[in-house]
Order: sequence, then C-alpha cells, then structure tokens
Amino acid sequence: MKKITAEKIKEAVKEACLSIQYRYSPKMEEVLKDYMGKEEPGLAKNILKILLENSDTASENRLPMCQDTGMIVVRMTIGQEVQIVDGSLREAINQGVREAYDVGYLRKSIVDDPIFDRKNTKDNTPAIVYTDIVDGDEIVIEVAAKGFGSENMSALKMCKPSEGLNGVRQFVLETVKKAGPNACPPLIIGVGVGGTMDYAAVLAKKALFREIGEENPDERYANLEKELLIEINELGIGPQGLGGKTTALGVFIEHYPTHIASMPVVVNINCHMARHTKVVLK
Amino acid sequence: MIQITTPLKQEVLNQLQAGDLVFISGTVYTARDAAHKRMFEDLNRSGSLPFDIRNQILYYVGPSPTPPGQNFGSAGPTTASRMDVYTPTLLELGLKMIIAKGYRNDTVKQSLLKNQAVYLVAIGGAGAMLGKCVKNSEIIAYEELGPEAIYKLEVENFPAIVCWDTKGNDAYIQ
Repeated sequence: MKKITAEKIKEAVKEACLSIQYRYSPKMEEVLKDYMGKEEPGLAKNILKILLENSDTASENRLPMCQDTGMIVVRMTIGQEVQIVDGSLREAINQGVREAYDVGYLRKSIVDDPIFDRKNTKDNTPAIVYTDIVDGDEIVIEVAAKGFGSENMSALKMCKPSEGLNGVRQFVLETVKKAGPNACPPLIIGVGVGGTMDYAAVLAKKALFREIGEENPDERYANLEKELLIEINELGIGPQGLGGKTTALGVFIEHYPTHIASMPVVVNINCHMARHTKVVLK
Repeated sequence: MIQITTPLKQEVLNQLQAGDLVFISGTVYTARDAAHKRMFEDLNRSGSLPFDIRNQILYYVGPSPTPPGQNFGSAGPTTASRMDVYTPTLLELGLKMIIAKGYRNDTVKQSLLKNQAVYLVAIGGAGAMLGKCVKNSEIIAYEELGPEAIYKLEVENFPAIVCWDTKGNDAYIQ
C-alpha cells in the first residue's frame, strides 16, 4: 500500500492556499483581456483594465488581490490504495491553511460560531473539507479560497420537474440579476442540478473548481453553459454592476440523477478571481 | 479627472453625478459589520461615537494584514447592504460620504438625499491596488476586532465611482 505522510498533505495545502492569492490564473487573465477588448471605451473597459492591473500590483507587492482572502474549501480525492500516515488528515489540512494565512499576510475571516459569539478563530480555520474515496494510488487535492461577497448571493431552488430546462434557465438568470453588483461582477457561475437539496449545492461548488474554458463533457450541458453565458451577458449588468457586456466570464454546470418528484437547482456565484488550484500527490 | 480632497465641501458633493469616476485624497475612516454594531452600542450607552463623524468619509472595508515593507494590506470594498440598518442614523449625525459596493435599500437612499450625502462604490476585487492608495493608517477604535477595527486612513488618489448622488441619480442598472 502506498503511504503518503500528513506532513506532505499539509505542505501541499499550504502551497496551494498561497499560490492562488496574488495573481489571476494565466487563463483567467487571457479571458479578462478578451472581454476588455469587447467593451466600448468607458467605465466597463476601465474597470476591467484596473482589475488586470490589480493582479500585477498584487504579485509585485505580494499583497492579496482581494482583502477577502476567503474561506478555504478543500476537495480531497483519495485513491483507496493510499494510506495516510504520521498524522491526521483533517489536522494536516487545517495546519496548512493556518501556516499559509500567517506567512502570506492573508485576512483571517472565519468566526467560530455562526450565531453566538461569532469570535474570529484568528487563523482562518477550519476549512471546509470534502473527501471522496476512489480507485487508484494517488491523492488529488483541490483547494479554493471562496470569497463571501459572491457566496452570499448564491441561491437554491427546488424546481418542479415540469419546469424543465426553462426552469433552470430562469432561476440562474434571476439569481445573477439579484446578485447585481454585490457579488463583484464579472462573475463565474457554478450550477448544480439534480441529486438532493444538499447534493445540488455540493455539485454547484464542484463546478466552481473547473478551469475557465472547460466544458461539461455532455454536449447538451455544454450547450446550456454557452447559452446561459450569452444570456447573462445580455443582462447588461456589466463589471461591478455599472453597465456593460461583461457580467459573467463562465458558466459551469454539474449534474446528477435525481428523484422523480424534483429538480433541485443551486446557483453558486464566484467572482472574477476564481481562486482555485489542484495538486496531485503520488 | 475629478479630484476630491478632505475636509469635504458640500458644494463639491453637490456637483458629483452618478457614474463619475473620482479620485479621493485625504482622511477616510473604515468600518464594517462588527464596528457598526459596536458604534451603536457606544451610541446607546454614552451617546457618542469613538470619532467625530461630522463631514467625514466612511469606507466599508476589512483589510488584510499589512506585510512588512508596505503601508497597508489589501483593501477593497465590502458589500454595503449589511450596513443598511445602521446607515441612516450615522447620516443624521453628519456623515457625508460612504464608499463600499453593492445596492443600498430605499431607506438609506432617502436618508442620503435628505442629508445631502453621497454613496460611492470602489472596485470589488481590486484590493491590492486600493490598498496601495493608503499612505498612512492608524487604529482608532475596537482594536480587538482585528480587520474589523476602525482605522483612520490617509489615502491618495483613491479611485471610486459615484453611485448615488445628491440629486438621487443611481449609477446601478436595476
């Protein structure tokens, strides 16, 4: 059986947390430049230009692109031939987060209790951790730093099966409209359809881990992603909600079988920073 | 290029129009969720705030920590609507400008009109660039709140967009 140490996982999580805060991914930069080219001279174009410059300023000064350095969401896909040794997986993940937020001068944004006290834990832990056991002998660690301006504008609807494709479409558009400037457009839209109420949300979050430009392998869903992106950008909300053609940069849909009585839909909104990365431990 | 310097002048505020890009230089106070809650506790207890809010600028931000060699951390705007419940009282006390991002409710908009104050939005996600506009910072209240403490900032050429002007024009598409 292959052995991977908790220390190695901690280091991987720490590096991942730090690698996403100070610069857009190269692909995201490319996409933002494309959209900037499509905007008429004016506020929308200027805002996109400032966002691209902000990424340069952030990396040159080692300042995070955004002060909301997020809550860490980790998706662990663990091969069943792997044994984690010399420590606890969960503690390794949280220690990685703790060290990254300390050395990276990242904002600690987590409170210990959602209703009572709301005391800052001062090290940005705990992270949200999903684990999945699969075939194989490697560990895939996906890490995202999720900002909450956009998280707050996310929404769930238990649609009726009769609402069908149009139901999904309307709910996505309605959610983006309601989010308006609050979620810091341009946005990335993660949609989860199917499963149960909670699983649709997990799918929507999973969708946000996709690299920009990546499509759903099912052609019907890939087409829906493209159509929704066009329709969202026709809303005219624009960068920061001040008007323009660039409201969203990508729509990602994940789907799963569901019950005969329902069609759960979750729209999880992300901002243009889309801070996430993937590491494979072998 | 429209430049705004502090102390604010009412006639300058009256000329601002929704959609104008402006550059602010001078003193700005920060406050977000927890600081607002504490300010209201102070108001209820002692009838006063930790600083004189008359004619001031309030910026809704929770900065990231200041790294060595920098003047300040990353400092972009946070969502304004969470502060809606507190805002009219602060406007009645003489607050003249708010910088944040996102929609305000009708009560806030009417209070801004009544008090001839303005709401500006900064660019969400441009935190590093906005943080670089901060030349000096000092915590003046609630230090224990960490990023939610009230800072007195000195800013230079801080870019923001007029969202709700003194005539009641709105820059947001709604």
